Amino acid sequence: MSHHPPDPATSKADPMLAVWEKVSACMQCGTCTGSCPNADAMDVTPRQLWRMVLLGLRDEIFNSKTFWLCSSCYYCTLRCPRGLPLTETLGALKRLAVAEGRAADKKSPLFYRSFLDSVRRYGRVREMEMMARYFLSLKNPITPIAFTSLGIKLMAKGKISPQMPSFSGKGKLAAIYQKVQEVEARS
Amino acid sequence: MKYFYYPGCSLEGTAIEYDASTRAVMRALGVELLEVEDWTCCGASAVDTASYLLAMVLPARNLALAERTEVNADFLVPCSACYLNLQKVEAQIKQNERLLSDINEALAEEQLTYKGGIRIRHLMDVLARDIGPEKLRELAKRKLAGLRIAPYYGCQALRPFATFDDPEQPKSMEPLIEALGAEVHPWSMGPKCCGAGLMTTKGEVALNSVEHILSAAKGADCIVTICPMCQMNLDAYQSRASKIAGEDLTISVLYLPQLIGLAFGLSEEELKLKSNFVFTSPLQEKLHSMSWEVSAAS
Repeated sequence: MSHHPPDPATSKADPMLAVWEKVSACMQCGTCTGSCPNADAMDVTPRQLWRMVLLGLRDEIFNSKTFWLCSSCYYCTLRCPRGLPLTETLGALKRLAVAEGRAADKKSPLFYRSFLDSVRRYGRVREMEMMARYFLSLKNPITPIAFTSLGIKLMAKGKISPQMPSFSGKGKLAAIYQKVQEVEARS
Repeated sequence: MKYFYYPGCSLEGTAIEYDASTRAVMRALGVELLEVEDWTCCGASAVDTASYLLAMVLPARNLALAERTEVNADFLVPCSACYLNLQKVEAQIKQNERLLSDINEALAEEQLTYKGGIRIRHLMDVLARDIGPEKLRELAKRKLAGLRIAPYYGCQALRPFATFDDPEQPKSMEPLIEALGAEVHPWSMGPKCCGAGLMTTKGEVALNSVEHILSAAKGADCIVTICPMCQMNLDAYQSRASKIAGEDLTISVLYLPQLIGLAFGLSEEELKLKSNFVFTSPLQEKLHSMSWEVSAAS
């Protein structure tokens, strides 16, 4: 069932339809791939990914790590001869992968989640608190070690101070977060 | 001259020197900065992965706070990621009427309303077009003669909203560098990507980008940038990038207002030059040996 393009007549509620519409004018020229600074590290190039979207190859799309390698430089968007919002489309795919629990990359969604939680709690990002949340969510001692030297350097410069996350109490932006969820659930 | 000032989260943490030097240089230029009261995070690149609407509501909250004051001023943003997110909301509400009412339904939780229409300006834009090189030349007590500067713009100040410069071949920093008496390092890396947030989630990929940029800066005395993420990536990972390159790529990476402040004769403490990871001794020596202009009146 997963190998078909979304059908506008029957799948109004299918979130892939919105993604499909964004890139439906793609002519497979490959300017996006040629402009992408991270294409070498991707398992599927951006050009191939748009084709997969048009063909409705959902499993292949969500098994790929391509959209987690987008650094939002907007070169593809700038240069696309069809004027397609390609960076935004990768963002929409990230969002779908997270929402459907289909992200092939497990670390990136946890990082984004930690960021989001830190902002709900304090209104502003507290970098150390956010990283502590991330490391706790990873349940893996290797990643924190890789960041230790940067953390120590930042502390030595007085740019960050150690802070453990708080998981209780009302957050600064909790009401707005809650309302956004309600509005999104309604539409 | 008066602007709303939205520092953004980085400028309270990893980029405190960008905040300090921006405020110091603006003070010297006689520009008034009205910090947006009770501002919160713009959502960075993380929130968009969870919720499209929240990624619109978070920047809109800050614009609504500025609108509420009924002061007529542009909205000045030094961080390129914040700048992009704020611009995105302004662009998207023009395409999607329903979006504005959804945003306002959420903001009503804090008795805020967002109308739209505030002009969002990157610090680079304000320095290049509102202030301009002549004003900098006038205030530069210490000409930075003999300094060769590699101007680095990064991505999100230029793309996708190319409002003040060419998104492929940016030039806006060059007349300013020359007005301070320094020369421009000729290179093509100005608008290239530093790897941005991938440094946290895909370090090896971002390091390659950093290595390319630092290698191309060889021959310059320092790189000058206008984005907290770019500065951090280029400044904090030089030893690892040097290992990849097989040569020493150490170079100072200053924020543009730090460089301007040095020419204005502001102190290294005021500009927080010790907060940058790298402040090379050749650059320090060059700065200390520069002559000061003696005013004709004194």
